[in-house]
Amino acid sequence: MLQSGIIAPDFELNSTPDQTLKLSELKGKKVILAFYPADWSPVCGDQMTLYNETLRLFSRHNAQLLGISVDSKWCHTAFIHYHKFHFPLLADFEPKGEVARMYESYDEKEGECKRALYVLDEDGIIRWNYLSPTGVNPGANGILQALETLDHQKKKS
Amino acid sequence: MNQLTPPVNKNDHIQGSSHAPLTLVEYGDYQCPHCGHAYPIIKQVQRKLGDRLRFVYRNFPLSEAHPDAFKAAVGAEAASLQNRFWEMHDVIFENQDALSWTDLFAYAQNIGLDVQSFEEDVQRREIAEKVEADFESGIRSGVNGTPSFFINGEKYEGSWEAIDLIGYLNASANSY
Repeated sequence: MLQSGIIAPDFELNSTPDQTLKLSELKGKKVILAFYPADWSPVCGDQMTLYNETLRLFSRHNAQLLGISVDSKWCHTAFIHYHKFHFPLLADFEPKGEVARMYESYDEKEGECKRALYVLDEDGIIRWNYLSPTGVNPGANGILQALETLDHQKKKS
Repeated sequence: MNQLTPPVNKNDHIQGSSHAPLTLVEYGDYQCPHCGHAYPIIKQVQRKLGDRLRFVYRNFPLSEAHPDAFKAAVGAEAASLQNRFWEMHDVIFENQDALSWTDLFAYAQNIGLDVQSFEEDVQRREIAEKVEADFESGIRSGVNGTPSFFINGEKYEGSWEAIDLIGYLNASANSY
């Protein structure tokens, strides 16, 4: 995985069938990147469902959550609708897994993203990362702690 | 290892002796079918372990996935103001397919609550805040789905089918 302290590589991916989202547009906000293997698979659903319920805790820290998998924009649209997600899922679809590769979070054997988390600060610098075993939902406590540490450090400086 | 944060305290709903060597904490969602499946298992576990176990229930409603979960949690918390938390907790899990307000008011009446007070209490801001605080404590503790269990403060990752959970707790009790 990419290490803390380096600038998060910029990318632009579809967030809906007719809209794209560029990471650098989110400067001024913290960003949580949640790479996950696949829409509809049981663990992913649980993980994204959990994060959907945790959004209000993330937003306290001025943080935007982005889910990323290799599924297509149409697949994401159906998945979002089905689970009533209130955050974007980005389609790392063509070229497949390009962004996940950039973030050293691509599983070449499965052809899917690994279950990898990054927290970026308001300047787009990586401040925390975590790679979960693919079969394990990592929960949200690590993300929340990382966000709190960032806010705490800012207050002190 | 994920730790229960905060530890069991006076704001918790606790069944069993405070001197019990084992504390089992459940983070649950009243509308979650897995939690419904766990409900009779926990009763069985409590019977088997007896005074060696105390049991704590904390709310972890996944409100988007389960639209009635939060209000059911509010109902149980409101019942606790009349010292009937566990009666309400039980009746809700025993009827988890019917959790409208009308249903909840009927359950409140059935377990002998003063329904008028109950109807006022479910609207109290501090009741909703208690449910939200439980949810946040779950996130901080590493809860990643429901039900999630903690045994003596540590997240339990094993099977919670009765035979497995009883076996694990029995083995743990012997080591204290």
